[in-house]
Amino acid sequence: MLAYLLRRLIYAIPILIGVNLITFALFFVVNTPDDMARMQLGVKRVTPEAIAKWKAARGYDKPLFVNAEAPGIGVLTDTVFFTKSARMFVGDFGRAEDGRDIAREITSRMGPSLAIALPTFVLGLFVTVSFALLLAFFRASTLDFWGVVLCVAMMSISGLFYIIGGQYLISKLWRLVPISGFSAGLDAWKFVILPVLIGVVSGIGSSARWYRTIFLEEIGKDYVRTARAKGLSEITVLFRHVLRNAMIPILTGVVVVIPLLFMGSLLTESFFGIPGLGSYTIDAIGAQDFAVVRAMVFIGSVLYIVGLILTDISYTFVDPRVRFE
Amino acid sequence: MPCAQNHGTSGGTRAKLRPMFGFRLAFLSLFVLLAACSSEQNDPYPARERGQNILYSAFTDRPKHLDPVQSYSEDEHTFTAQIYEPPLQYHYLKRPYTLIPATAEAVPVARYYDASGREMPGDAEAGAIAYSVYEIRLRPGIRYQPHPAFALDAAGQPVYADLDRNRLRGIDRIADFTHSGTRELVADDYIYEIKRLAHPRVHSPIFSTMSARIVGLKELAEALQGEVKAQAAASAQPGTPPWLDLDRFALDGVQRVDRHTFRIKVYGKYPQFLYWLAMPFFAPVPREVDRFYAQPGMAEKNLTLDWYPVGTGPYMLTENNPNSRMVLERNPNFHGEAYPCAGEAGDRDAGLLADCGKPLPLIDKAVFSREKESIPYWNKFLQGYYDASGISSDSFDQAVRLNVGGDAQLSDEMRAKGIRLLTSVRASTFYMGFNMLDPIVGGKDGVGAERSKKLRQALSIAIDQEEFISIFMNGRGIPAMSPLPPGIFGYGEGEAGINPVVYDWEGDKSTGKARRKPIEAAKKLLAEAGWPDGRDQKTGEPLVVYLDTTGGGMGEKSRLDWLTRQFAKLDVQLVVRATDFNRFQEKIRKGAVQLYYLGWNADYPDPENFFFLLLGSEGKVATAGENASNYVNPEFDRLFAEMKNMENEGENGARRAAIIARMNRILQEDAPWIFCFYPKSYTLGHAWLHNRKPTDVGNNILKYQRIDVAEREKRRREWNDPVLWPLAAGAVLLLLLVLPAFIGYRRRERGTARS
Repeated sequence: MLAYLLRRLIYAIPILIGVNLITFALFFVVNTPDDMARMQLGVKRVTPEAIAKWKAARGYDKPLFVNAEAPGIGVLTDTVFFTKSARMFVGDFGRAEDGRDIAREITSRMGPSLAIALPTFVLGLFVTVSFALLLAFFRASTLDFWGVVLCVAMMSISGLFYIIGGQYLISKLWRLVPISGFSAGLDAWKFVILPVLIGVVSGIGSSARWYRTIFLEEIGKDYVRTARAKGLSEITVLFRHVLRNAMIPILTGVVVVIPLLFMGSLLTESFFGIPGLGSYTIDAIGAQDFAVVRAMVFIGSVLYIVGLILTDISYTFVDPRVRFE
Repeated sequence: MPCAQNHGTSGGTRAKLRPMFGFRLAFLSLFVLLAACSSEQNDPYPARERGQNILYSAFTDRPKHLDPVQSYSEDEHTFTAQIYEPPLQYHYLKRPYTLIPATAEAVPVARYYDASGREMPGDAEAGAIAYSVYEIRLRPGIRYQPHPAFALDAAGQPVYADLDRNRLRGIDRIADFTHSGTRELVADDYIYEIKRLAHPRVHSPIFSTMSARIVGLKELAEALQGEVKAQAAASAQPGTPPWLDLDRFALDGVQRVDRHTFRIKVYGKYPQFLYWLAMPFFAPVPREVDRFYAQPGMAEKNLTLDWYPVGTGPYMLTENNPNSRMVLERNPNFHGEAYPCAGEAGDRDAGLLADCGKPLPLIDKAVFSREKESIPYWNKFLQGYYDASGISSDSFDQAVRLNVGGDAQLSDEMRAKGIRLLTSVRASTFYMGFNMLDPIVGGKDGVGAERSKKLRQALSIAIDQEEFISIFMNGRGIPAMSPLPPGIFGYGEGEAGINPVVYDWEGDKSTGKARRKPIEAAKKLLAEAGWPDGRDQKTGEPLVVYLDTTGGGMGEKSRLDWLTRQFAKLDVQLVVRATDFNRFQEKIRKGAVQLYYLGWNADYPDPENFFFLLLGSEGKVATAGENASNYVNPEFDRLFAEMKNMENEGENGARRAAIIARMNRILQEDAPWIFCFYPKSYTLGHAWLHNRKPTDVGNNILKYQRIDVAEREKRRREWNDPVLWPLAAGAVLLLLLVLPAFIGYRRRERGTARS
């Protein structure tokens, strides 16, 4: 297993370099360092000298990929790409364009993101799996039909509608919880409850329909008939046998997103005033803060790779026949 | 057997009771939840803050800089203007805007010198004046807010003078430092800040402007740049750069006279310099604060002046989480100031003089929460959780209705809540600029100056700004006649103030009003320009005008469609070239545009701050200046040079007004801009918020405002009683959904294979 993990981690390095290279190229195709400087310095009273000074202070006055004038290895290392990218591989994300430490920002914003994302994920999984099993239990019945109709209707509605509708009903009309905001202490529950509820409800449609399909496929198999023939109750058949055997496709979609929960939700955080990583990324894109965008894309890639590895590991728990080779 | 039967019965009863127990538990939980729902369940603030003298407000964009030398945007001034104190400030109530002392004893009067250093009289010819000297005397006894940079040990030495990464372990915020201190504000602090304008490691947006004004600032920048390079060469280790002690470097133009007095020497005559002295760029920064923040490990923890400002103002920043909330609290060392007792006409009736003479600030604390979206912001305002709010387009119809005369009135809903509407015309101007280097609209190396001028005039008439303001701005603006908005010296009222190229005056002098010329007038001008019916009279080619815009945003397409229709009134084709902000800026810089859309917010209330946008020497292509139209008119430039050095008062005032009227007339005739509108600001305030008066250039307004806390508490309770029946209805609905499933499940489990 260790050798397998090591191999996967080594494979990750060229992937991360590639992701970094693509991010870098895409960003600088759209935004030159001059554009970044103008965005940071504002539109009023910006002189070419101020731009040159800003670039020099942040190392953007170097060539992007190849520094023909530098001696030796400096041809590659004394460039914007290398100086801005290499340190990220040792966890040094540097400073945002406004001078603030990125690692520190990420650390402080991770908590609020997780406070929303984690309960949404756990509760959402529980509710959607239970609902899908219920539909599978009542397969081909009126309940199943209307359940699927409900799922299709729910998945057809935009996430923004859930947010605005939820805020309007629960916070504005009924005045049960605050419309937006966040608190780090015990008061956090009243800010978390609405985005979590909306997150869970908005996810039911697509997930439950997908899981129902998986469960129906499993229910038709021989081992299920055997279990029923043994006299097991339908609940036992569903939860002990069908669910376990349907775990592989479920895990493929679920485990990979667990590490990405750290990244937060762009829309939810923005509307609910949650100071998480989702809004950090959105702000950075809006402000053309390449340092933050680069760091967030890098972290996202790392977490995705970790998610894939965790998915592989999780297969061995749900299916003992799977081995690391 | 009976025993077994009994047992079985008993077991059966237990089995039946289990679901019943579950339902009871659910109802009990619901009951507990309902019981917990007290009034103001939706209060987003901690319960301990209830009943306190706190102002609640919101901000949308996080401030980028709180360092006074860098801070330039309105978002930042919301905070920096309450914390830092430049020598001067604007009178809160008087209009036109009037400068008054803040930390200075008086508004300084410039003394003039010729090139040989000989003092000249106050009315000396501007061209003969080589230098102006402003002597600023500070009020003694002003003290800084408590801060660890001022903490001294028993020997009088700074407690935190030799910090490093190890000693900073466990310290993440300024509040984590055990010791703090204060000291008196002295002239050296202002001198230090002026030197910081030239600091190579901070980027002051006004450095280029000030280096052309303050004697020696450019030379100081060069010396500091050299020192930074030397430091970098000497230090092999990357990391925190060593502190740059600005006191080691001389600045010729700024001189310390005594502990509380300093002089600033500027090139030539520059009366607008006083306005700069009211901006945070000229707020004091003590040397020890700069040194404190320059220590190793501080920047890595965001312990910088840019994050934790230090000032002498009425408030100090005690919580800085720009992602969520920022808190200003009363500075215990504030020197004190009294609420003004005079204002403009109408202020007394508006209750703005009720607190005359009371010590400031009137509010203990201000909590600013970040609201990135307008809907939650608006709804929280209606619930009483924000004391004031702007009006977004989404909520305009709910808040305001326009009467037949076009005047804004509060809706019944707002009036029922006791909300007040404050309106003012902002010190801003919006315009569509023609690129005067373009062969068609500018005439340069193309159709010629006269033809292009008539084309620009025709388009100025055709684009109906009144309609635009009505459709797209909910009436929140007034049509612009010149670059100068109301409230700026030289703004023309009535018939004398109209743009005669675009408007006619209808009615008599006092009651008449400006009416846009008919479209036929524009068509006539277009025909005279050589494009009758929108076609070149020689070639028959249709006239196509290109508009460059940054595009995007809600309603952008409908705005551009409307604009296309305005051009179509003259049979002129408009082609919109939407691009991103960076490309747009690049096109402007290179002069690769024909027509563009921009606006300008005043730095200070002087016509010079608007007219310079059309000054020949500010040409964007030629000098990378602010004149994006690349407009050059020698007469306008000459008049500008004369006007900018004149005062508004006395004999010069009348002369200055005449020059400004002439400059406006030149611009109206040449039409390098289509003058669009001056935006109006609409602000709503709750009944419990007092002393709020819109202001555009004076940002230190927090200290004047007052909250009636008892009234706020009462209204909040009234407005936020929770509605609980949906919880019960939801539970019943859930039950109705679960019950058929449960019954179905039971039936299926108990059914035989045949059934």
